[in-house]
Amino acid sequence: MVDHQTDNSFVLEARGVIKIFGQSRALDGVNFGLRRGEVHALLGENGAGKSTLIKILTGAYQPDGGEVLLDGEPVHFADPLHAQSHGIGTVYQEVNLLPNRSVAENLFLGRQPTRFGFVRKSLIEKNARELLSRYGLDIDVQAELGTYSVAVQQIVAIARAVELSGKVLVLDEPTASLDKLEVEKLFEVVTQLKERGMAIVFITHFLDQVFAISDRVTILRNGRLIGTEPLSGLTRTDVVRMMLGKDITFAPAVTGIEERAAGPALVEFTECGKAGKIHPFSLKIRRGEVVGVAGLLGSGRTEMARIMFGADQCDAGEIRIGDKPVALKSPVQAIAHGFGFCPEDRKVEGILGDLSVRENIVIALQGKLGWFKALNRDEQMEIAGKFAEDLDIRAASLDMPVKLLSGGNQQKVILARWLATDPNFLILDEPTRGIDVGAHAEIVRTINRLREEGLALLVISSELDEIVAYSSRIVVMRDREMVAELTGDNINPSVIVQAIAAQHETVSAEGASV
Amino acid sequence: MNRSLRPLAATAVIFALAYAASIFQFPGMFSTRVLGNFLTDNAFLGITAVGMTFVIISGGIDLSVGAIIGFTGVLIAVLIGWAGIHPLAAFVIALVVAGAFGAAMGAAIHYLEVPPFIVTLAGMFLARGAASVITQDSIPVTHEFYSKVTSTYWLMPGGGRLSMIGALMIIVFIVGALVAHRTRFGSNVYALGGNATSAALMGVPVARTTILIYTLSATLSGLAGIVFSLYTSAGYPLAAVGVELDAIGAVVIGGTLLTGGYGFVAGTFIGVMLQGLVQTYIIFDGTLSSWWTKIVIGGLLFVFIVLQRLVFSASSSRSKVFWKLKHE
Amino acid sequence: MKLKKLSPLVNPQSIALVVVLLVNWALFPGFFNVTWQDGRLFGSLIDVLNRGVPVAILAIGMSAVIATKGVDLSVGAVMAISGAVAATLVTDGYPASVAVIAALAIGVLCGVWNGVLVAFLEIQPIIATLVLMVAGRGIAQLITAGSIVTFADPLLISIGTGSFAGLPMPVVIAIVLLFISVFVVRSSAVGLFIESVGVNRAAASLAGIRSGLLLVAVYGFSGFCAAISGLIVAGDIKGADANNAGLWLELDAILAVVIGGTSLLGGRFSIAMSVLGAIIIQAMNTGILVSGFPPEFNLVVKAGVIILIFTMQSPLATRLIEMRKTQRAVARKAS
Repeated sequence: MVDHQTDNSFVLEARGVIKIFGQSRALDGVNFGLRRGEVHALLGENGAGKSTLIKILTGAYQPDGGEVLLDGEPVHFADPLHAQSHGIGTVYQEVNLLPNRSVAENLFLGRQPTRFGFVRKSLIEKNARELLSRYGLDIDVQAELGTYSVAVQQIVAIARAVELSGKVLVLDEPTASLDKLEVEKLFEVVTQLKERGMAIVFITHFLDQVFAISDRVTILRNGRLIGTEPLSGLTRTDVVRMMLGKDITFAPAVTGIEERAAGPALVEFTECGKAGKIHPFSLKIRRGEVVGVAGLLGSGRTEMARIMFGADQCDAGEIRIGDKPVALKSPVQAIAHGFGFCPEDRKVEGILGDLSVRENIVIALQGKLGWFKALNRDEQMEIAGKFAEDLDIRAASLDMPVKLLSGGNQQKVILARWLATDPNFLILDEPTRGIDVGAHAEIVRTINRLREEGLALLVISSELDEIVAYSSRIVVMRDREMVAELTGDNINPSVIVQAIAAQHETVSAEGASV
Repeated sequence: MNRSLRPLAATAVIFALAYAASIFQFPGMFSTRVLGNFLTDNAFLGITAVGMTFVIISGGIDLSVGAIIGFTGVLIAVLIGWAGIHPLAAFVIALVVAGAFGAAMGAAIHYLEVPPFIVTLAGMFLARGAASVITQDSIPVTHEFYSKVTSTYWLMPGGGRLSMIGALMIIVFIVGALVAHRTRFGSNVYALGGNATSAALMGVPVARTTILIYTLSATLSGLAGIVFSLYTSAGYPLAAVGVELDAIGAVVIGGTLLTGGYGFVAGTFIGVMLQGLVQTYIIFDGTLSSWWTKIVIGGLLFVFIVLQRLVFSASSSRSKVFWKLKHE
Repeated sequence: MKLKKLSPLVNPQSIALVVVLLVNWALFPGFFNVTWQDGRLFGSLIDVLNRGVPVAILAIGMSAVIATKGVDLSVGAVMAISGAVAATLVTDGYPASVAVIAALAIGVLCGVWNGVLVAFLEIQPIIATLVLMVAGRGIAQLITAGSIVTFADPLLISIGTGSFAGLPMPVVIAIVLLFISVFVVRSSAVGLFIESVGVNRAAASLAGIRSGLLLVAVYGFSGFCAAISGLIVAGDIKGADANNAGLWLELDAILAVVIGGTSLLGGRFSIAMSVLGAIIIQAMNTGILVSGFPPEFNLVVKAGVIILIFTMQSPLATRLIEMRKTQRAVARKAS
């Protein structure tokens, strides 16, 4: 599947690029070739390596191996400005312009025409209007950029990038926060640029959009190239399968665990939703079952988890624990009910980097005990030691800062943090992402063990083989909506792939997908 | 209305209302005489506040300004009184020394990656300490140039006197506003305050701009020191203690966002005038005491910080990115 | 074994203190002389401790604030308010105990105000506490009606000038406060929670820590410490001077915390080390005084200390040191 040919028509090419962070290989010998006048989609789940690849192509990172070629010649970009001067412009999802300055200034910052040392504002504004009109944008260029919608900001960013670079345009998830009309407008611009001969890299996690605009697609997974193919020969199912993969195999899927606990619900969410974040969903979770959540990035799975843990509040719906309706206004309340939550972004929301492994493990339990019922050092050591052993946490010492551990061990520390609180409901958001094989297996084993011990679990994962191995039921999320609940024989990767890939019938009918 | 104009408009309205109320109570306050005194008395503060405006717009802070005023005052007094140098030459030396000092602070902020708060704190200690090491006492400056300057003024309609230093402050404000809004340097300052990472990606020379910003602030503090020296005809190491707080207050009340990125030099002028108005009102009233200035300034500072928080968080880019489906 | 036990005492701060004290001794041979007179200790060393108390007490509260990734610029102004409240109340005829309690309560209130701005309005600490830094002195002057309110109340005066068990009262108060706060921080979960919030507030909140409440408590405690400091300073001069009480001491307190090794970026903190930092600052002050330099020369020395500490901690220095190390390793390999 790998595109081995040396194609001289490549404007920008990566050959066997390797990037290493700490102990893990973010990119492992990846090839990528971009042709003039094409829109090339780059796909992969979080941690697949797509942003690392982009950063290498645009000069933000230096590769640890392999080479980057521009027009067939090896190049070495010192930084993004350098890459930009060689014709490679980038537009990020979080628009990297200045929301506090006018549209005109954002277009011309760093190269404003001056006269007698003074910036020629009216000339800049005139040029800005002309420039944007080519993109079908007729807006007040004196107004602050931040007052415009993200779509307009994206187009301004594209205009600036094209103006400064003109050869290659990298669009890093430009549509993540756009509504349907805005996406269409953006695509018009992209198509127009493609016709002018620009080479465009398009990163997104919306499959509809990939098929709507791209000519070829490159798919990465776990830092490795899965393939580069023309889109015309692919179906949505093919793409999803390539993204989610089947290369890690676990013990054969245990079927028949689904109805093991048909008892009353431990916790029940009825029509819980939050405007703009997630459509109302209903879900019952019982003791002794694992509810798997499948869906691509941005499908609303994390939003669901945060509502369940009280980190965000739903604006409609009811939550019941046992028979009693409860309000979950904060994590503190959720924890009091015996909930635990391993967040998706370990570094930002999970670990307390500078604190020790021991403190990271006891923190939630101590939070539950309150300010004054302090665990003393020996008790902390005992608790931390017990869970470190149970979960096989590999740390030189329980007193070392947790930030020095590998990703897999950090994840186990956060899991240990919740197990120490003796929870009855655990929410795990991508617990196995970006961690080594050993830790991966350990976490899957732990999920199974906890289910057998009678905990209720909700596990979000992009690893299909993994999720079918331990789930009693699987709910599928798509476009911020719960679209399917699979049980029994339907718990298998191909059914999930079909559910994720299914066309969203209502999208074309509605103006916006939100 | 452009949201960054809202705090400025609020300041202007508050100033207009406060001034109107003061005139209503003391009709004597409506005269060019009062205005002239206003400008003269606040000249050093205004000049300092212009530099502070640039620093705060860039997302920094400068605690050293008061100390630099004190230091330049002493330096000038020593150069004129002890070394017998002509005041104009002394002024040039003072400005160069102050500018170099600011450049060093800017370099430390950029290259050592130490927060501006800490670097300028060290700068403040250093400048105050150096001034005190030179002399402990107030050194009077007696030079015919001084008496000439202080006795020169333009008569305004209504009998008010626009002194040299008052006029100098107005010129500094005008030049400051031009630099902020009409030059590449000005754009770069706003860019740094908006988002330093984006600014660097967009080709703003971050190191040069940072160093220039603190050089500008220190040079203007040096100029304020000259003005203060003319105003008091003396150099005293403990002069202008706490002026940094007044300057920060004037900048914030003038509608500049303390976290950087938004602000107007003209707004700072209103901020300075509002402080002057409070002081003048207290003088006219006669029964109120000077500490009310601090309380009123503190109160205004609070109101403006909360106001900015509300205005800017309601539409911060972060909250907008995901959910608001804005229409063009 | 013996060395291991001593090792917590061997750290850059203790060494710095010893060096400063030795320099003082070289400048002023009688520096280490301590005499017993009228039932209390006298001597330069005791003086260093006594003079260092206001900053040391501020540093106790400031340590906790800085550990949460914050800073409290208002402590100097809160000192002035606390002194003003106590002095005004006793001159108005209230008993000293009422005056002390009221002063402490006002201090806590000031701190809580800062905490609410930081925790719930999410205003940057440096900006939030600036409000009270500016307005606080005005409020203090409002309370004292602009004059220095002197008092003769023996209890209030003894807070600043009395003695207990041979030690000056301020030193005794500082020691008691130090022990209580270290005990509370280390024997309750408060220390762990403060460090968690300072390291990563988002993660700490998700782990079930009421970070908002904690921040309010920490700023409240800082206000409380400032109020005690204010009482000591007022007792020392037997009056409340709204203009000068605690002037610029917030900066000294921050410096003491930084010298004590707590990072301005939050996280790990040590109250005892911050107090040690305050003593180092005072020892330098005293050294400069005894050696005949003008007291403002202190400022130059302090600036030097700040520059030194931050240059050593800066990423640039770390990179340079690493470069030197690799160069040396390469050189060693070559030879």
